[in-house]
Amino acid sequence: MVERRPWLGFVSHATLIVGILFICLPLWITFVASTHDEARMFKAPAPLWIGGHLFENYSQVLVKGLGEGANAPPVWPMLVNSLIMAVVIAVGKIAVSILSAFAIVYFRFPFRTGFFWMIFITLMLPVEVRIFPTFKVVADLDMLNSYGGLTVPLIASATATFLFRQFFLTVPEELAEAARIDGAGPMRFFRDILLPLSRTNIAALFVIQFIYGWNQYLWPLIVGTEEKYYTVVMGIARMVNAVDTSPQWNLVMATAMLALIPPVIVVLVMQRLFVKGLVESEK
Amino acid sequence: MATIELVQVSKTYANGVEAVKGIDLAAADGELIVLLGPSGCGKSTLLRMVAGLETITGGEVRIAGKRINEREPAERDIAMVFQNYALYPHMSVFDNMAYGLRNRRTPRAEIERRVKAAAETLGLGALLARKPRQLSGGQRQRVAMGRAIVREPKAFLFDEPLSNLDAKLRGQVRVEIKRLQRRLATTSLYVTHDQVEAMTLADRLVVMNAGAAEQIGTPEEVYSRPASLFVAGFIGSPAMNIVEGTIGDGGDTVRLAKGSGTDAAASATFAFDHQPLAVKRRVKVGLRPEHLVPDPQGLLALTIEFVENLGADLLLHGRYAHAMRGDAAADPVIVVRVDGTARHRIGETLRFTAARRHVHLFDAEIGRRF
Repeated sequence: MVERRPWLGFVSHATLIVGILFICLPLWITFVASTHDEARMFKAPAPLWIGGHLFENYSQVLVKGLGEGANAPPVWPMLVNSLIMAVVIAVGKIAVSILSAFAIVYFRFPFRTGFFWMIFITLMLPVEVRIFPTFKVVADLDMLNSYGGLTVPLIASATATFLFRQFFLTVPEELAEAARIDGAGPMRFFRDILLPLSRTNIAALFVIQFIYGWNQYLWPLIVGTEEKYYTVVMGIARMVNAVDTSPQWNLVMATAMLALIPPVIVVLVMQRLFVKGLVESEK
Repeated sequence: MATIELVQVSKTYANGVEAVKGIDLAAADGELIVLLGPSGCGKSTLLRMVAGLETITGGEVRIAGKRINEREPAERDIAMVFQNYALYPHMSVFDNMAYGLRNRRTPRAEIERRVKAAAETLGLGALLARKPRQLSGGQRQRVAMGRAIVREPKAFLFDEPLSNLDAKLRGQVRVEIKRLQRRLATTSLYVTHDQVEAMTLADRLVVMNAGAAEQIGTPEEVYSRPASLFVAGFIGSPAMNIVEGTIGDGGDTVRLAKGSGTDAAASATFAFDHQPLAVKRRVKVGLRPEHLVPDPQGLLALTIEFVENLGADLLLHGRYAHAMRGDAAADPVIVVRVDGTARHRIGETLRFTAARRHVHLFDAEIGRRF
């Protein structure tokens, strides 16, 4: 602990408050904007207090979309699409990478380090860089406009594999040996010992990957050309790029608020485990 | 309950390093064999080969007369206690002990019974619901023991199980292990680098050095008739004094090399218990600090340079032949253990003698006992 001095306490609190304002103010403005009608949005100064159209705006975007000619479908199905995409990507990434990390750390097979480095190098190739070949592959596999096309190409994860590998390397070797003597085969060791020990890491990765999946924009934009497969992030962009009219900011903001809710819930629910996973290494 | 036999067991790593060089050992049913040696001598590797955690590159390991070289650790019917205990951190004490039994599809009631019984024996009854991190070092150690006991295996393998405990606890647990092993009469291999542990626990000791067994014998044998210079120096604390000597006229006495002095009459001569050796043969003479006794007529004259007070005993560090001509600093130092009530001054010269049976002679070239 640092010494307790009144002015030090004041300065650090002031810094924290400024920081919180920095984060909260845009959120507040978004929320406020989503509660006014369209006309109010075009009058200066912009509103800073809640207006009276909250339920109206939200129910409109949720079930009706922006209406005729606005080229923006209702938000409700898009939220479902985003949720499916984020969950499948997060769960898929964790499942695939924990298994590949398990293989890399606990099994001796030819070119083991070679495979590890191959996986590691792909870290440097994000979706945007490999988007043409990936699109070609997905198109050839006839996976455009499907949930498979939306999620599968994003499931392989070098980051998660690397994180699990690092974690497994810190698990004492004797645990694996003790399990061997106790009659546990490799998969049983994985299920009974590694998986429970990785609990906090899994939670932390789930949060990160869920948000990663939720925030995907470019990939769903290319793969999901049918309205049925629109995600909410795409939806917001479509609303902003309104044709021939100015964007209906109150509705755009309402959609943005709705798009914010699922990641916030995930973070709040997983928070305790998430922090544990990042900080603690309990062995 | 089983015998363990090792026949020319050796381990050569892929890079050509020979960690274990052909060990022969036969452990009788219920015997506790301690593998003792400095770090890197191959004792842990040997134990891990018996456990099945290391492949055996040469020779054969038999448990209860059956070759087990190719079997998985779980199929060898052994239980191991690790140095860091290797408890499953997310499981309760009960689950830690029950895990091996569950994997073997032991009936639930039987698991319950065995774990309860083991917990009772080890005084863990009240802790069964705790997680390992809520236990003290000593308790964790006992859980590790419990995990081995409940399996009722043919053999126990201990890999330095006490080295993570503090000195006082170590003494207690040592006695507990011995008592438990006696009661269960399970054949055990126990690896340690601590000679006190080894001497107190072992039915027989295997003293290992550089991958080979220097001596296999009871603690008494190893202490009173060390087979080599290495064993002589390794067993006993403080270590045995080892000085050069020459066989005297008649072949039945040995004269210590004179250090810097040249006065033959003053040099120390000891009679020894062995058939006569070639006169003037150069040998190494081993004398334990506790076997040198003060004697005004003794032929070993030591000038005390340094006194260590251990309470019950005093350790006197003295140089012999110090009074004579030459470079005193090159003279060998001999340590003597004397009664703690004796008072000795630095610089004083004392005379010592040793009984015939306490004079150890080793071949100066190969280090073997004559």
